[in-house]
Amino acid sequence: MTNLTPLWEVFIRTRNGMAHRHVGSVHAADAALALQAARDVYTRRGEGLSIWVVPSNAITASDPAEKDEMFEPTASKVYRHPSFYDIPDDIENM
Amino acid sequence: MTTLTLTAPSPHLAFLLRLADDNLILGHRLSEWTGHAPMLEEDIALANIALDHIGAARSLYDRAAELHGEGLTEDDYAYRRDARGYLNCLLVERPNGDFAHTIVRQLLYSAFALPYWAVLTASTDATIAAIAAKSEKEARYHVRHSGDWFLRLGDGTDESRTRTEAALAALWPYTGELFEVDATLEPLIAEGVAADPRSVHAVWQQTIDQALAATGLTVPEVPFMQTGGRTGYHTEHLGFILADLQFMQRAYPGATW
Repeated sequence: MTNLTPLWEVFIRTRNGMAHRHVGSVHAADAALALQAARDVYTRRGEGLSIWVVPSNAITASDPAEKDEMFEPTASKVYRHPSFYDIPDDIENM
Repeated sequence: MTTLTLTAPSPHLAFLLRLADDNLILGHRLSEWTGHAPMLEEDIALANIALDHIGAARSLYDRAAELHGEGLTEDDYAYRRDARGYLNCLLVERPNGDFAHTIVRQLLYSAFALPYWAVLTASTDATIAAIAAKSEKEARYHVRHSGDWFLRLGDGTDESRTRTEAALAALWPYTGELFEVDATLEPLIAEGVAADPRSVHAVWQQTIDQALAATGLTVPEVPFMQTGGRTGYHTEHLGFILADLQFMQRAYPGATW
């Protein structure tokens, strides 16, 4: 089954102005059917305005074993967070 | 719960029931796949299509009940009529068979329903026009989904092609009924309540021809077209569908949850 219907990752954009977000995956024979499967499985409750499907094997992923060298160095750099500013009271949405 | 028997329903009521029954029975057939489809994705896809059809049926039964009076509801039409009172075409009650049968049945029906809903959006019955506008969008997806599967099954493996060809041969004799016009439909077409199904035959044929051409399959030779559903003469399968569909209300009349 899986060699005929490989895995596809599904990304859905829920509103205008938002980014596509990964929601899960489907099995399908090709891109057109993957798109339909994604529509049928992940947008049944009005979740989507746009769908992307990507062959799962086209995604290059970071290695969990390398997470120390990949992500650890940022832990000590709190000054990168934009949290050292006083926001005037009149600004309602930031 | 007594059986609801409609003696000489008005053409308007009969037309609503024909459309509604097509949708209820096809929706029920598709719902039989729930939990049994070849893959999870298709299980949900078929259930979605089933719900589209059942939703259309409910709206049409509502309109029928409004026209009918006597305090009837959508449930009376679905649960209290015997097979002879059902007016769906025979195509939709054909068994699911294998997945190819289900897909071919869906394509043959939806390729008709899409253009037919489109012309019904101009119905002088405003409720039918509104239901048609909603259903047309749904039918467009049904054609796309069944058409895409038809291509992949018909032009897939030897096994899938053989099965698709067999399904086409088995179901083709039931397509003639979709385009029948009788004494019930004639006055309604003249009034603009109904649309003439023959007016969408060319579009239907084109959709089917394109699907066939893409797979290299051909229109099967059949000696004659089956008919009868529109006047309540059904295949043996409808009784079994109704036994499943109506058991609860027949055994426990008026039961709710």
